[in-house]
Amino acid sequence: MRIAIVCAAALGVASMAASAQDNDAGRDLAASCAMCHGTNGRGAVGYEPLAGMTKQELVRKFTEFRSGAKPATVMHQISKGYSDPQVQLIAEYFAAQKR
Amino acid sequence: MNRTFDRRDFLKLGGAAAALAAAGCATTPQTKARVVVIGGGFGGATAAKYIRLWDPAIEVVLVERANLFTSCPISNLVLGGSKTMEDIRHSYDGLRKYGVQVVFDEALAVDAAKRSVKLERGGELSYDRLIVAPGIDFMYDQIAGYDAAMKTGRVLHAWKAGAQTIGLKKQLTQMKDGGVYVLSVPLAPYRCPPGPYERACQVASYFKKAKPRSKVLILDANPDVTSKGPLFKKAWAELYKGMIEFRGNAKAIGVDPKTNTVKLEVEDVKGDVLNVVPPQRAGDIAVKAGLITANNRWCGVDWRTLESTAVKGVHVLGDATLSAPLMPKSGSMANQHAKICASSVVALLNGRSPNPQPKIANTCYSYVSDDEAIHVASVHTWNDKDKTLTTVPGSGGVSAARNALEGAYAWAWATNIWQDMLG
Ligand code: HEC
Repeated sequence: MRIAIVCAAALGVASMAASAQDNDAGRDLAASCAMCHGTNGRGAVGYEPLAGMTKQELVRKFTEFRSGAKPATVMHQISKGYSDPQVQLIAEYFAAQKR
Repeated sequence: MNRTFDRRDFLKLGGAAAALAAAGCATTPQTKARVVVIGGGFGGATAAKYIRLWDPAIEVVLVERANLFTSCPISNLVLGGSKTMEDIRHSYDGLRKYGVQVVFDEALAVDAAKRSVKLERGGELSYDRLIVAPGIDFMYDQIAGYDAAMKTGRVLHAWKAGAQTIGLKKQLTQMKDGGVYVLSVPLAPYRCPPGPYERACQVASYFKKAKPRSKVLILDANPDVTSKGPLFKKAWAELYKGMIEFRGNAKAIGVDPKTNTVKLEVEDVKGDVLNVVPPQRAGDIAVKAGLITANNRWCGVDWRTLESTAVKGVHVLGDATLSAPLMPKSGSMANQHAKICASSVVALLNGRSPNPQPKIANTCYSYVSDDEAIHVASVHTWNDKDKTLTTVPGSGGVSAARNALEGAYAWAWATNIWQDMLG
């Protein structure tokens, strides 16, 4: 482990570590949507693209799926698996993706 | 971690690596580590792509024996007649734009101490981390006479899409009207829990159009339909009335192609087409690499990283894993395993700790006719108390009823997950 960290620093990647950790949480959660909505929320057929959707819009739609206000075949069931803070992270990630 | 950044690893290259170098894919100076992935299915291909997506400075070599990917999901529709083999076959070329080096070869052995993989044609490949995504292989010896019967071509499983899918379709086409198609289902766990019942629908759908006096007989080793039971039974009763018979607790223990018989514990059952799916275990290379930890069949993993509980530095994905509670062996799940794994491999190779709270989603669509589908969905998250992934209470569920809207979504899902892994 020690060697690895030293080497990582030598490669100039260790400095990324702290900030990368937070971004990774949103990125990793968002990756669970990609098999339907496309890699990084882009390029999918038959499903709405999530890339570039504003944070506000995604959070609203997702929350409406959870409450049952927005009709769904599957999103009402999937959305109940994610907490409010997780939805925020997911929405931030997709909002930052190019359409 | 200790050997992660050892430059010498990159110099100890065998034939495959030399070939990669010759092809202009040599390790570049910026490369910080090499990951080798064995198996280009839903798990392996996704992991290869996502590691490159998330850290292009990691070299990724994907070793796959077939030069085209053939998808198990949707392959039942080839039997039903609404899709073709072309629809389920996809090129690995798309992975090149992510810088994944695809090597068409067979992995013969893993030397975890040397951190190298021996290939059939390409010499040895060294790795810093290895991902083994071998899918399943079959336990033929659990069914007396299976090996010989399969060699005659009379008995097929078609539980890996490809030549056997084509073979089974041919047998169904050649079967006389009024014949009986027997589908034998092994005890769970097996690949794709709803797969057999979707197949029964698809074969019945073909019979309804082409051979209306024919029957589907499901001999299930399990006591009842193992996935989406009420939805499948409703479809059988309403769409294929009188055509599909289901028998539970009907475990196949032998086959005889001369008499066209499947032997159960208490009786023999005759049929015209015998589609016997044997019990399964992790693919052969997982056995050879010493990754099997449970019942001589499955590979135990740490669900936060997908790292093997048996061999350090080696991750196992997909159907080969000892499934977490309520987790199906599905393409969807393999895709999601791959992302947990890619995230943790990238973190570890950059000297960071892996995401402590992975969360993944599963959805299995099944077509009950040409155009109507049903689904089962679940969300799985790391559970610190149980030290595994468990389902989020209140999440997930099944379709309210079969419907054509989900038929369209199911096809879109397939198209998009193929793209998510390969393109
Ligand atoms: C199994 C496939 C699947 C997965 C996985 C999935 N979705 Fe969906 N998504 C759908 C479908 C289908 C719809 C249309 C509504 C419905 O029928 O459920 C949809 C609709 C949506 C919409 C509304 C789009 C619009 O503009 O109307 C949002 C937002 C959304 N999904 C977000 C997500 C997020 C975020 C994730 C990951 C946490 C996710 N989805 C995972 C299938 C999926």
